[in-house]
Amino acid sequence: MTAIASSINAFRGVASSVPDATRPVETAAQSRLEVASKKIEVEKLHAFFGTAEVLKGIDLPIYSTKVTAIIGPSGCGKSTFVRCINRMHEVTRNARTTGRVLLDGRDIYARNVDAVTVRRRVGMVFQKPNPFPTMNIRDNVLAGLRLNGLSTRDGETIVEQSLSRVALWDEVKDNLGRSGASLSGGQQQRLCIARCLALEPEVILMDEPCSALDPIATARVEALINELRERYTIVIVTHNMQQAARVADFTAFFYMGELVEHDQTKVIFTRPGNQRTEDYITGRFG
Amino acid sequence: MAQASLPIEPEPRPGSSARARPGWLGRLGVGTSVGDGAFRVTTALVAATVVLALIAIFAELARASSLSLEAFGLDFITSQNWDPVRDEFGALPFIYGTLVSSLIALLLAVPVGIGTAIFLSELAPEWIAKPLGFLVELLAAVPSVVYGLWGIFFLAPVLREHVQPFLASTLGILPIFQGPHLGFGMLAGGIILAIMILPTISSVSREVLRAVPGIYREGALALGATHWEAIRTAVLPHARSGLVGGVILGLGRALGETMAITMVIGNRPEIDLSWFAPSYTMASVIANEFTEATGDLYLAALAEIGLLLLVVSVALNVVARLLVWRVGRLPSGARV
Ligand SMILES: Nc1ncnc2c1ncn2[C@@H]1O[C@H](COP(=O)(O)OP(=O)(O)O)[C@@H](O)[C@H]1O
Ligand SMILES: [Mg+2]
Repeated sequence: MTAIASSINAFRGVASSVPDATRPVETAAQSRLEVASKKIEVEKLHAFFGTAEVLKGIDLPIYSTKVTAIIGPSGCGKSTFVRCINRMHEVTRNARTTGRVLLDGRDIYARNVDAVTVRRRVGMVFQKPNPFPTMNIRDNVLAGLRLNGLSTRDGETIVEQSLSRVALWDEVKDNLGRSGASLSGGQQQRLCIARCLALEPEVILMDEPCSALDPIATARVEALINELRERYTIVIVTHNMQQAARVADFTAFFYMGELVEHDQTKVIFTRPGNQRTEDYITGRFG
Repeated sequence: MAQASLPIEPEPRPGSSARARPGWLGRLGVGTSVGDGAFRVTTALVAATVVLALIAIFAELARASSLSLEAFGLDFITSQNWDPVRDEFGALPFIYGTLVSSLIALLLAVPVGIGTAIFLSELAPEWIAKPLGFLVELLAAVPSVVYGLWGIFFLAPVLREHVQPFLASTLGILPIFQGPHLGFGMLAGGIILAIMILPTISSVSREVLRAVPGIYREGALALGATHWEAIRTAVLPHARSGLVGGVILGLGRALGETMAITMVIGNRPEIDLSWFAPSYTMASVIANEFTEATGDLYLAALAEIGLLLLVVSVALNVVARLLVWRVGRLPSGARV
């Protein structure tokens, strides 16, 4: 355990040929992309399940209207990390966090911030498509608005817009009264994205959104992400290296609860600054 | 550069969301190794015995009640006249007593039982949920006759002195709350039944709520639902049929309960709209009168009441189990 931890630090040392030794990763990424502004800044984030520490001090910027991919082997804390960004982590019994997550400069973990408002601004799409099976397609799209007590007077417009944006409108427009669970897996996942979009979030978190989908459905979701990046800040967890390379502007590599490297995707995949990253992306482990 | 070989991480446990929740629901999967063969045959035989026993009981009751079935036909369940001296037997007062006392029990136990289940499975922190859940289940372990004694020494006097005067003075325009305050009667019987079926309803509801996949709860929370809203929109609708099943199981228990209710309901075979008045149930009349029943027709009439009770209870249980079982099998979301 300690051996691995210290070897990670050794790698860090190598990577910190960049001047600022405390945050080499961020600096490297920043210097290559000055134009993007930071939508989210994660600072010294630790996450726990009971006494088990699964995130061990993460510092990571997430740039506005860019796609950031989180990669790393199973169990390294990718899901936990994204769940900390919309305060879903604390929903699990005995789960807690320390550190700060600044959304537009304001800490979402500050005492006076309500988790419910955070989750409205930071939407989430899960690994397994989860449209509410007891609701029809229309009600699924409007569920977020209803839950937040927002008006659904323009419901029909919102439903059409949201479903059109995920390219589902033409497929389901004649069957809006059918159960969301009657759709195929790929359609269900796009319905979940539509449900998320209907609330007009600023950030969309996707936790392996394609891992339950076939290649064609996966391609459609990726095409969708490519369109959404114009307006939304997206964080996508993926175990699929090609997917990260295809959709992400930035890629962060996590290993055993630590952030090993974060940079522009093309840098990560062509000249990673860290041996461990290279081992992972070339398929030597994980 | 040190090249520590990196262990391949095992698949992590899925988050609380998708954590498999073992329970008596849907744990019927049977292993398939060769040694299991004999075991399976044995258990199948035992199970067959149970079914045969049920059929035998049914046949025996039908045979024992044939005299009454022939003599009264359908009149048996529509007549109010229960007069052993004149050999006239109508079961309606008992049917009425059983149904109304069970209804009172449901009115009280359903909100409390489901509320408890929601609290225990969704809201309470673990250190409260565990002991409280245990206490509720403990209610099921108290012998029926002890509830009866509690009814006689505590419940009936309290009803007579406090509850019935209060109900009469506030809701007295309703016929169900009129008449003399006796303590013993339909209301006392219904309350005792409510306490006795509470553990059934709350523990089945709890299992059902736990069987609802966590991804729906999380989906609602991630859309900005409060905890309660997530329960209301994502958990309860999914669990509905199972909750109904739990209620029906409780109802089945209420219909068949004998000892405790016999001790507090007053045992008078009359139909009175008032819940303050004494009444009589199907199970009670069998228990009270069977040993003293003189004459073949009298015995046959009691047997026929038993037959009615059996049919209703079995039917309700089958429906309830089907409803509970369905919850674990609703469309679970991903279909690739
Ligand atoms: N509900 C939970 N309770 C306890 N430990 C958990 C729970 N969920 C995940 N973990 C642990 O936290 C670590 C990180 O998990 P996770 O964030 O799901 O990893 P990833 O998404 O990268 O596969 C793993 O070691 C996992 O076993
Ligand atoms: Mg994960």
